[in-house]
Amino acid sequence: MSHLRMPAVDSAVLANRRKIAADLRVIVPGEGVIDEAEEMKVYESDGLTAYQQVPLLVVLPETTNQVARVLKYAQENGIKLVPRGAGTSLSGGALPLADGILLGMGKFNKVIDIDYSNRCAVVQPGVTNLAISQAVASEGFYYAPDPSSQIACTIGGNVAENSGGVHCLKYGLTTNNVLGVEFVTIDGEVMRIGGKHLDAEGYDLLGIIIGSEGLLGVVTEVTVRILKTPETARALLVGFPTSEDGGQGVADVISAGIIAAGMEMMDKLAIDAAEEFVHAGYPLDVDALLIVELDGPEAEVDDLISRVSAIAKNNNAVSIRASTSEEERMNFWAGRKAAFPAVGRISPDYYCMDGTIPRAALPKVLKRMNELSLHHELRVANVFHAGDGNLHPLILYDANVPGELEKAEEFGADILRLCVEVGGVLTGEHGVGVEKRDLMPEMFTEIDLAHQERVKCAFDADGLLNPGKVFPELHRCAELGRMHIHRGQIPFPDIPRF
Amino acid sequence: MKTVLKPATAEQLAETLAWAAGEETPLDIYGTGTRCGIGRPVEAETCLDLSDLTGITLYEPEELVLSARAATLRADVEKKLAVAKQEFAFEPPDLSRLLGAKGAGTLGGMVASNLAGPRRIKAGAVRDHFLGFSAVSGRGEAFKSGGRVVKNVTGYDLPKIIAGSWGTLAVMSDVTFKVLPAAETQATLMITGLEDGQAMQAMSAAMQSSCEVSGAAHIPANLAAHSKVKKVATSGDGVTLLRIEGIAASVAYRMKKLAELLAGYGSGSALGVRQSKSVWLEVRDVHFLSTDKNTAVWRISVAPMDGAKVMAATGGEGFYDWAGGLIWCALAASEDACARDVRSAVNACGGHATLVRASTEIRNKVEVFHPLAPAVAAITTKLKHGFDPKGILNPGRMYVS
Repeated sequence: MSHLRMPAVDSAVLANRRKIAADLRVIVPGEGVIDEAEEMKVYESDGLTAYQQVPLLVVLPETTNQVARVLKYAQENGIKLVPRGAGTSLSGGALPLADGILLGMGKFNKVIDIDYSNRCAVVQPGVTNLAISQAVASEGFYYAPDPSSQIACTIGGNVAENSGGVHCLKYGLTTNNVLGVEFVTIDGEVMRIGGKHLDAEGYDLLGIIIGSEGLLGVVTEVTVRILKTPETARALLVGFPTSEDGGQGVADVISAGIIAAGMEMMDKLAIDAAEEFVHAGYPLDVDALLIVELDGPEAEVDDLISRVSAIAKNNNAVSIRASTSEEERMNFWAGRKAAFPAVGRISPDYYCMDGTIPRAALPKVLKRMNELSLHHELRVANVFHAGDGNLHPLILYDANVPGELEKAEEFGADILRLCVEVGGVLTGEHGVGVEKRDLMPEMFTEIDLAHQERVKCAFDADGLLNPGKVFPELHRCAELGRMHIHRGQIPFPDIPRF
Repeated sequence: MKTVLKPATAEQLAETLAWAAGEETPLDIYGTGTRCGIGRPVEAETCLDLSDLTGITLYEPEELVLSARAATLRADVEKKLAVAKQEFAFEPPDLSRLLGAKGAGTLGGMVASNLAGPRRIKAGAVRDHFLGFSAVSGRGEAFKSGGRVVKNVTGYDLPKIIAGSWGTLAVMSDVTFKVLPAAETQATLMITGLEDGQAMQAMSAAMQSSCEVSGAAHIPANLAAHSKVKKVATSGDGVTLLRIEGIAASVAYRMKKLAELLAGYGSGSALGVRQSKSVWLEVRDVHFLSTDKNTAVWRISVAPMDGAKVMAATGGEGFYDWAGGLIWCALAASEDACARDVRSAVNACGGHATLVRASTEIRNKVEVFHPLAPAVAAITTKLKHGFDPKGILNPGRMYVS
């Protein structure tokens, strides 16, 4: 991969590897410490597979107390530490460090408490996203955020990344669906933030921990809100002649006061690839395909289906199909859900981007993206969480062609700059990680970033937790504490004016 | 006499704070001052009046986004939202009657206090709809975080810690929110005659149904009598209120289903749109405890099923929102406003309690916000120091400085 600048390797730590492994085995006995290169290989990468690094060693704790002692040990000995859930991060959030302990949380895999009367579940962080929904399904409940990796990704990783999914506009992201955590700081303190009650006493530390990408501490327990499954869900499959028509259709649905459970759009290349792969019956004579899912009581869903159909017609839709059975609804989704692997079939490699834009900017962004595609000489397919403006361009390339990966990365960076330019952001749900780290200055000034880093300093002043992620450069906390002093006359007094 | 500083622009705000940081001059910060009565009295002789920072700067209904300067009046914004049939879904309360203040306050105050109303259980709190901001920290430096889009994980989610920080970390100049379509209609199922404990059960059953209840409150008999909604006031009993919102066909269907589900809990009747709207405003604005000005009023957040138990343990008189998870409770305005009883009741099962209404004298003596666990307090202190090293922003408002 292109050259990734990571924190300088601490050779003293490397030299001390044997002793560190022995010390950690005292804390986590049995098979809990892995230091054989061969066995560590499975941990060398996460979902951003272009980057690999074998860690110093891997620790797989089973109790909160072990986590606390490992963290305290790391702090006392100045050793870096990278937390990892299932390793599905698409931004390199769990990329190991050569001189860092990789803390795998996979053994924290138990559902601790399901409390239907308070409508929440308490689970360990290694429980997968889907397993939470499955654990409460018998009573007709589910956990709302549903990232596409939900079969594999863990709730601990979801907390770290503030994961989304296709139902975000109506049901929120992870941060809107987590009530509390048990959390271990780098100095080995175990704290509880939130619980089965709502909102925080004092500063909303829960809100800042969620989405902090493993830089603030390690979550050892999560309390999530669970919801009753809607009575019915139906989907509309709408084909538009142009992306402008599709974009306007989405805007009109929202203007009409309709918040759909999901609104997903695909462009021509994505439609063609998906249809060829799963034969979902997608129309092939359209430039934009929109899936709108509506959920709730039957009477409400039927009414909204007809309202959305009318809006689609008004926006020149050339084909409109409403699902009449659960099987048909799943079939509409089959193509969208398989869009990434489908694109994988038409290209040796693809690079998945994740910007968010104001919805109205979609036609402009797609047009500019086509120009960029010509400029970089790489094809791009687009899938779009149209309800909330989260765009996933898939850049097609061939890693075996020298220089093509670098070209894909440059193309990706150009797309993200474009997202920021139109009022959007660098990442909607995949996180910054190592991938978008160096693009942060496109969106934030040095002062903006310094204020974020001060949060880091409040939790981990030595910068031992997941260094090299999120921030292009992590400043020393003492340096961030310095102030420029302004003195002078009292500014802007409210004096009586005559 | 107190010196009042009144910047008119974001730039002037930054200059003012840079000066105050340089001079180490503590500031008492407010917009319209509606919520100055909440929290510990601020230890500052200089005031920072933000009321000139007004105006909606961006409103795109089809994008569900609104930006405004921080001291824009909530009333002005809500009027504008109503034209496009939209609203702040978290139903922010207007506590002016409870606190003896004037007006519903500003957007900045709404964020800084993170107080949400009855729909909190379905739609989230202010923090869940607060997308981004520009602010000046106690270092005198202007910075921004978040954005104008809903889905955003770029860097730390600083809007979360600014919401509910009572002006102690930074002074906002501009704020951006997600706004949502207002429901087309609503109705409320009212069940009378339930004891507090039974009401918790009934509300839990309602919340566990697929009826999408958007408000669940229980008002004991003596307080229900204060309602201006005749049907509530004259019931002569405690009332349990369950609100359903949405399109007409769906509301009718869910009202029927809910009534059937809860038939075993006692006699139920429906409140139509107007009565429903009125009574939920009363719940939202704590109307039931606003008449007697001589009590101390606590706001307590617990697990919903613990509501009745905690209320009983405090020995106070009050009502429940959030299906039992939010207790508004009046106690004697004694020396400590019964803080010891309240805190031990809450600590027995987890949650937090805030003394929302009490005299300056009491608020000076009692911890107004729930005491933090030592590890949380340590991080809180470091965060405060990072953003406001000289302690110039509302010193003492949340915790003794």
